[in-house]
Amino acid sequence: MGNKSILVVGGGISGLTAAIEASEVGYEVFIIEKNPYLGGRVAQMNQYFPKLCPPNCGLEINFRRIKSNPRIRFLTLAEVTGVSGQEGDFEVKVKIHPRYVNENCTACGKCVEVCPEERKNTFNYGLDKTRAIYLPHLFAFPMKYVIDAAACSKCNKCVEVCPVNAVDLNMEPKEMTLRVGSIIWATGWNPYDASRIGYYGFGQYQNVINNVMLERLAASNGPTQGKILRPSDGKPVERVAFVQCAGSRDENHLPYCSGVCCLASLKQATYVLERNPDAQVYIYFIDIRALGKFEDFYAKVKDNANIHLIKGKAGDITEDPATKDLIVVVEDQETQKLMKEKFDLVVLATGMAPATREVKAPADLVYDENGFVVGGAPGIYSAGCVSRPMDVASCVEDATAAALKAIQSTVGR
Amino acid sequence: MDKKLAVYICTGCGIGDALDVDALSKVATKEYKVPVCKSHPFLCGAEGVELIKQDMEGEGVNTIVIAACSMRVNYDVFNFPNAIVERVNLREQGVWCHPANDEDTQMLAEDSLRMGIVKAQQSSPPEPFQAENLSKTVLVVGGGLAGLTAAAEAARAGYKTVLVEKNPSLGGWVTRLYKQVGLKPPYSELEDVDIAQRVKEVEENPNITVYKGAQIEKISGAPGMFDVQIRQNGNLATERVGSIVLATGAVAYDATRLGHLGFGRYPNVVTGEMFEEMAARGELKRPSDGKEVKSVAFILCAGSRDKEHLPYCSAICCTESLKQALYVKEKDPEATVYIFYKDMRAAGNYEFLYQRVQKEGALFFRGEIAGIEEDGGSMVVEFDDVLVGDRIRTEPIDLVVLATGMVPTTAIGERLVVQADEQGKESEPPADEIIKSNILNLEYRQGPELPTLKYGFADSHFICFPYETRRTGIYAAGSVRAPMDIPSTIKDATGAVLKAIQCIELTAEGSAVHPRVWDLSYPEFFMQRCTQCKRCTVECPFGAINEDEKANPLPNPTRCRRCGTCMGACPERIISFKNYSVPMIGNMVKAIEVPEEDEEKPRIVIFACENDAYPALDMAGINRLTISPWVRIIPVRCLGSMNLIWIADALSKGIDGILLLGCKHGEDYQCHFIKGSELASYRLSKISETLNRLALESDRVRMEQVGIMDYDRIPQIIEDFVSKLEEVGPNPYKGF
Repeated sequence: MGNKSILVVGGGISGLTAAIEASEVGYEVFIIEKNPYLGGRVAQMNQYFPKLCPPNCGLEINFRRIKSNPRIRFLTLAEVTGVSGQEGDFEVKVKIHPRYVNENCTACGKCVEVCPEERKNTFNYGLDKTRAIYLPHLFAFPMKYVIDAAACSKCNKCVEVCPVNAVDLNMEPKEMTLRVGSIIWATGWNPYDASRIGYYGFGQYQNVINNVMLERLAASNGPTQGKILRPSDGKPVERVAFVQCAGSRDENHLPYCSGVCCLASLKQATYVLERNPDAQVYIYFIDIRALGKFEDFYAKVKDNANIHLIKGKAGDITEDPATKDLIVVVEDQETQKLMKEKFDLVVLATGMAPATREVKAPADLVYDENGFVVGGAPGIYSAGCVSRPMDVASCVEDATAAALKAIQSTVGR
Repeated sequence: MDKKLAVYICTGCGIGDALDVDALSKVATKEYKVPVCKSHPFLCGAEGVELIKQDMEGEGVNTIVIAACSMRVNYDVFNFPNAIVERVNLREQGVWCHPANDEDTQMLAEDSLRMGIVKAQQSSPPEPFQAENLSKTVLVVGGGLAGLTAAAEAARAGYKTVLVEKNPSLGGWVTRLYKQVGLKPPYSELEDVDIAQRVKEVEENPNITVYKGAQIEKISGAPGMFDVQIRQNGNLATERVGSIVLATGAVAYDATRLGHLGFGRYPNVVTGEMFEEMAARGELKRPSDGKEVKSVAFILCAGSRDKEHLPYCSAICCTESLKQALYVKEKDPEATVYIFYKDMRAAGNYEFLYQRVQKEGALFFRGEIAGIEEDGGSMVVEFDDVLVGDRIRTEPIDLVVLATGMVPTTAIGERLVVQADEQGKESEPPADEIIKSNILNLEYRQGPELPTLKYGFADSHFICFPYETRRTGIYAAGSVRAPMDIPSTIKDATGAVLKAIQCIELTAEGSAVHPRVWDLSYPEFFMQRCTQCKRCTVECPFGAINEDEKANPLPNPTRCRRCGTCMGACPERIISFKNYSVPMIGNMVKAIEVPEEDEEKPRIVIFACENDAYPALDMAGINRLTISPWVRIIPVRCLGSMNLIWIADALSKGIDGILLLGCKHGEDYQCHFIKGSELASYRLSKISETLNRLALESDRVRMEQVGIMDYDRIPQIIEDFVSKLEEVGPNPYKGF
């Protein structure tokens, strides 16, 4: 008699979907998530294209599905350290990092008022800071605080002020073993490290940001409460450039197309114009890949006279040290003219690198040259952007399919 | 069930510091005579929960009102099986967004508790709907790649499948392909098409019943018990199935409409499909004279991305053409290949295929076709090249291949607009469009096929929930849902089968399907008072309710999504759930204490969508924003469940204004029940009559569309409404 439960590694949109869909068929599911909250990258997005609707809306439904479903258990701050066994009977070792805050936490927030230490807010990609004890974000699920041990000075003030004894600075890492019948690997993606594209000045010029950072700037629960302001001086932006294929379709970086950046930039152009209808937006592209019905969205955005789509790959970006403005050099392929345009803000449409690009998973998976998971031992499946670049709806479809494959691996065993 | 009610008030998280808890307790004990009422400083802690458990065991408490934090948190802590649990939000929507130790905050908390107690009193535990003779078989309609995948994957999970294909053989569009693009690294090689293997697997599987050359004549019933009539060779077969996967795919856009590209005028202009057949025969020859082809032009977006033809992008034509360019180059590396395109949409790993075709020496031109003409048996393409900024004219070309786009099979047929009456009255709610594509032939009051989205695709509108079609238990997969390539079709069909299986299992448990899977309640109809007005049958966004010949509603509980739209629609208020009903919410409204006019404390009832507006209100509290003290918030399953009587109840009680907070509607609607908020807005448009009868101003009722992220906007939305009500003045019904 094999094991009928399913392990899902990763609690982003793909992992959540795979887990919830399998559990709603009747299967026991475990979710292992490395962050202190579920939701992954979509929780950090301001809106989805093409509807321009907030990801938290769908997450709210998914979390409610989890809350009311006793067949799903999830572990945050957790990682898989080893997988042994075979299809139908895997043994999975899991390490749980200390949260330093226990289940008593009511999220009342008194601890934050007394905490003297600060840390970079990783949820906002370092665009602002939080205290060492912090709520990961406004919609965090579970709604519990967490301490960043690297930032905490162990002053004990939070321990003293907490009315419900929720803080435990001596919490130790824990290890546990799960027995499952099949495994879904859904650890997602990272934005390609744009600082490797030296000529774009990311990491060097403050006003060159990447597309995921712009999502945070545009989000009402982001570092600027949804105002799109220049990181250097906090001024509202008038002229914004989007540099497409920043890393993607480039032999020296990511040779594949990341599939979503065109639509992401078209969407982000609407963010800029929603906040400042007089702003001028330039999108430098090779091809606009708005497949299927996304064409409608492209057509709609293109109609805005303040959005300029220029075919040409940005050559390099320099900064005016006095104003921190940026000069983008591009050859406009339609006019064959070399353009030098000045901008307040440059957004690099950096592509998707699979989470398994740098560090391979502690499981029997097969990768392509770029680190995408293309197969695995029987009973282990991948879902979402760890398999190939894809948009959110495609991740959901992929994860729903993976849920069925995982169920098949437990049937008749 | 004999109810024994208990109220527990948490004084933690600032509640006890901000409120007079003794006075609050008296609302329970004195006004409502609740036998057990306790407070605790940390109710969600182990000790607090133990306190409740002891009362359940010792005192027989079975109906519990928790006056503490929002229902969105501590759901797992305050989870008492076999008890009715009602949550009163004193924290996020109470002391966190209202001043402490303030008379108005206290009144707010007391009203919240009154509403919670009334709700608990009027709620019954749901009894799941148990249907009989349920089938666990999946019906797959369409035997192409999507349908074959669906059937095989269902069988692998242990479910029986019935597959219906209208053609005499299985395989569909893919069988006509010569090769397919490699799905594995390096992603740039061509592979043999593996469809024959897929067909064999399905045909040999004893758990899959295949009907070829067959059509669905009729589908009646509901999830778990669909009865399907299949016409095959003049015979009629009947199958009972639990759920349905619609996988009838797409057809190529009619190339005869592309005369401007030379199709039909010149024999050497062919479609991509025709070119596949030529390649499969191993004969790349000019149709006009049989001469070996030495040069080929591929025209992309032939019909697609074209307002005159298909406004959308057909998603696969770029990569199919790249693949076909390789057919030419593999047969004759010296042959000339021209590719005319708008954007080269080789997304993801297709980039590697694109790179290979570039390396093989194909010539790419970006721009618009200006004309195609014949010149001595060869073709000449005139082209406005955007990169050169000039019109170019090609050398004579042997063959022109048009990459025609795809049209979903659901888009082909007569358009039907479903309304209450044949003629259609004025002020009808927004109607659905259904295209009679003769595929499913559902015996549904709202029409025989799935309501389609834009361009006739049977797609979902939800990014987060792409399988949600608007007919419960019927899931579309493959290119009938959206233009898609081979790997996406395989994934899509596998995912759709999971949803189909899930629907079967949830239906067997008597549970709802997405998005309220946890919900065991279902609407019950008190038929003696039905006036056959058809509101419920017309307004149900999911087509769950049929009608008999006398226009009596015939509910199908397993089709129901539990949004309550029918309950909101019914003017006679005959539709109720065990734990959600018109009188329950009406009595909550009536439980609000309305101060006399001279106290100058107006009262506003907010009906808030449970999924978006309600969490947004919580977020306002978490951010410690200040909200007007005059509001009383009632969460609803969906604004579609809002019955106009609640507005009458509120106004006749002396409440000054009613604010409805629901999801965005219109083209990019966000309502998870599709039409709920739109229907609420439609109903409001009709309320002026009622208000006039009561001699009241229509300004007293307002609806706002808010999303979950609008928490920062909500305090001002409420303030604006308060200002408007100040202009209008107090409700004259106060004190009646």
